[in-house]
Amino acid sequence: MRICRPPTIALAVTLATVIGVAPRANGQSEPPAKPSPEQPTANSVNRPVVVASKPFGESYLLAEMFAQLLESRGFEVERRPGLGATEIAFGALRTGAIDVYPEYTGTGLVAILHDTLPDSVMADPRAVFAHVSQQFTLRYNARWLPPLGFQNTYAIAVTKATANKYHLRTLTDLARESPHLTAGFTADFIGRSDGLVGLNQVYGLRPRAVRPLAPAVKYQALASGAVDVIDGYSTDGLLAKYDLVTLIDDQHFFPPYEAAALVSGRLDREMPNALAALVLLSGRLDEATMRQLNRRLEVDGQDVRRVAGDELNTLGLVGRRSALSTRATQHAEFWAYMWDRRGYILSLTLRHLLLVVIALIAAVIVAVPLGLGLERARRVAEPTIGGLGVLQTIPSIALLAFMIPLLGVGVAPALVALWLYALYPIARGTFTGVRDADPDAVAAAEALGTTPMQRLMWVRLPLAAPVIMAGIRTAAVITVGAATLAAFIGAGGLGEPIVAGLALADTRMILSGALPAAVLALLVDGTLALVERAVTPAHRRRKLYAASAIGSLRSVAARNRP
Amino acid sequence: MPASLSARNVSHRFGSVVALDDVSLDVAAGRATALVGESGSGKTTLLRCFNRLVEPDSGAVMVGDKHVGGEQPEQLRRGIGYVQQHGGLLPHWRVLRNVALVPTLLDRSDADDVARAALELVGLPSVEFELRFPHELSGGQRQRVALARSIAARPGVVLLDEPFGALDAISRSDLQQTFDNLRKNLSVTTLLVTHDLAEAARLADEVVVMRRGKIEQRGSMRDLVRSPATDYVAHLIERARAGLEALLS
Repeated sequence: MRICRPPTIALAVTLATVIGVAPRANGQSEPPAKPSPEQPTANSVNRPVVVASKPFGESYLLAEMFAQLLESRGFEVERRPGLGATEIAFGALRTGAIDVYPEYTGTGLVAILHDTLPDSVMADPRAVFAHVSQQFTLRYNARWLPPLGFQNTYAIAVTKATANKYHLRTLTDLARESPHLTAGFTADFIGRSDGLVGLNQVYGLRPRAVRPLAPAVKYQALASGAVDVIDGYSTDGLLAKYDLVTLIDDQHFFPPYEAAALVSGRLDREMPNALAALVLLSGRLDEATMRQLNRRLEVDGQDVRRVAGDELNTLGLVGRRSALSTRATQHAEFWAYMWDRRGYILSLTLRHLLLVVIALIAAVIVAVPLGLGLERARRVAEPTIGGLGVLQTIPSIALLAFMIPLLGVGVAPALVALWLYALYPIARGTFTGVRDADPDAVAAAEALGTTPMQRLMWVRLPLAAPVIMAGIRTAAVITVGAATLAAFIGAGGLGEPIVAGLALADTRMILSGALPAAVLALLVDGTLALVERAVTPAHRRRKLYAASAIGSLRSVAARNRP
Repeated sequence: MPASLSARNVSHRFGSVVALDDVSLDVAAGRATALVGESGSGKTTLLRCFNRLVEPDSGAVMVGDKHVGGEQPEQLRRGIGYVQQHGGLLPHWRVLRNVALVPTLLDRSDADDVARAALELVGLPSVEFELRFPHELSGGQRQRVALARSIAARPGVVLLDEPFGALDAISRSDLQQTFDNLRKNLSVTTLLVTHDLAEAARLADEVVVMRRGKIEQRGSMRDLVRSPATDYVAHLIERARAGLEALLS
């Protein structure tokens, strides 16, 4: 074990182990491996290869193919599918938290390197690959393996009817008609310079409205007429299913997006044999194959492990594996599906609960004393609590992305993010509760000779307890919801099937995470309601807490909105 | 044992507002003095100097023969009864526990017994009332409990800050009667803040009129009515009389 573990963090490690994370996964604060005297020599390192993906179908599939290929060559593999977005996945790779994930050269060029190349270079995929590959080695010590053999560029798509009505064939046509059209783009695409921003500059594309859509719903939105134009990927299985028209990039705006395995410098150094195994896939996947595989995944709803295994088998890279459950479950009843996966869902639920409980306890330990302290330092109270409130406005995914450079991926950054979200309601509840505790009673207690500590313990805290508990309940429900996003940085929990389901457009899979999460939120809230009742001073007890239970439900719904 | 109260040349400001301007006051042991005047006249500030809820900027404040600054404020306060306008009962404590607060703070093993005795003294049979919560009492009953709490440990001094101000006229009159009897039986030194001259006349041996942080006049109510020392005192009495006559006509 290369990670030095002082005894003080033994508890954290124990907890992480209970949660089911290998200690390595928890040790993300470990600096990216530097050459050192005790550095193991190549091939002597025996640890799992951490294979990750971004949260969309093709990325899942390629990552699964990497994983099975490595396993077939005797490597132990740890899967971290569905990492939030480019920043999160690449951030994790740079910090050594993951070893390999599928990436696209165009994305590397525009979203990571932020380089612009002359048009002549941009037109040549090989030249772009050479540039990206060289720059990644220089700047990030990360390595691009030779391309897999297909490009997956952005495909700006409209329905046949729209194409006919407006005579759309190219992006120039689209730009001309764009003031009449509503666009539904992924959030990623809207923000990227090789996305809407660039299309606007190069083509003058200015849609009447732009709706941010999750990848899973944009095809449905287009088919139902809610939006007129979407961004897809050229290898999407759904392009074929909905019979859409892909508009031609007549000004060659999009860079080439060649898919390849992006590998950390650490894996390159420590386990060159793993790279040798991964290279076996280079040049073996063409666009037609990928479209067909994606279709099996996204349209036919086949299991990602099965699709990946079949293709590796077809390519002659891996023998037929019988252990895999290949039963097509697409048409099974929902509850049967849930029943089949009960063990998995239960373990995710427990892990989810543990994330919530740890983050919440840590938040209570910090925020209650903070709220009490602020009550004594009124001048700084509002700015401090306001500052915590600002944290609430940071989108969870962004907060998680900020954590990666500090804590890598996995449980640690997720716990810190959840903890930060939980601080505000608890600190606010404590401060307000103690501040507003019956001022006459507090004044009288002071005038009759109680000490400040006696007033706190006998008067202020008991009177504030219901408000403090209400804050804790709010924090708990928020945390249950926010913890579903922890899956984006590989912390597991019920977000795992939600993220995967969103990526694979599999509603059943989404529900298999979302339903238990909702039930968990209700159970956590209900349990804390009992605690709240127990700590409520006798003179204020009421029979029911119906109103607050409904309020909690609402906040769960708000948080779980994708 | 009743203790005397004494303030010598006491001044105090709240920011730029002068609350007390070189005020001196004496209350002999066992006597009752009422502080009257308008809001902002400094009467509550003066009262609160005696149990160190206000620490005056200058001057000497004594209870009995001791300077109030000479001991811990908590210790001082436990020896002085206190009732405020809105009784300030702890709403989550039952009546008995509320009344037993000061004896408990003084570590008296008979705290509950003395609390029950105090309840009887203010006219609330303990069997009937001791297990109730404050919100299960009427406003007058709550002030009675507050009064019981202030005298449960038999302090030598009680400070009353508009204790009956929030009550209806009948409860108020009943409670004034109860307090008057109580004070005479227990022989306790009393300092009462009120804006009601009739209440001052009924409960106090001496009335002190305050205005803008200074004492305008002191004496028996009879003296004040017969020979008001300043126009302000005359005006105050005239207003009280007018109110009474409006009621009778």
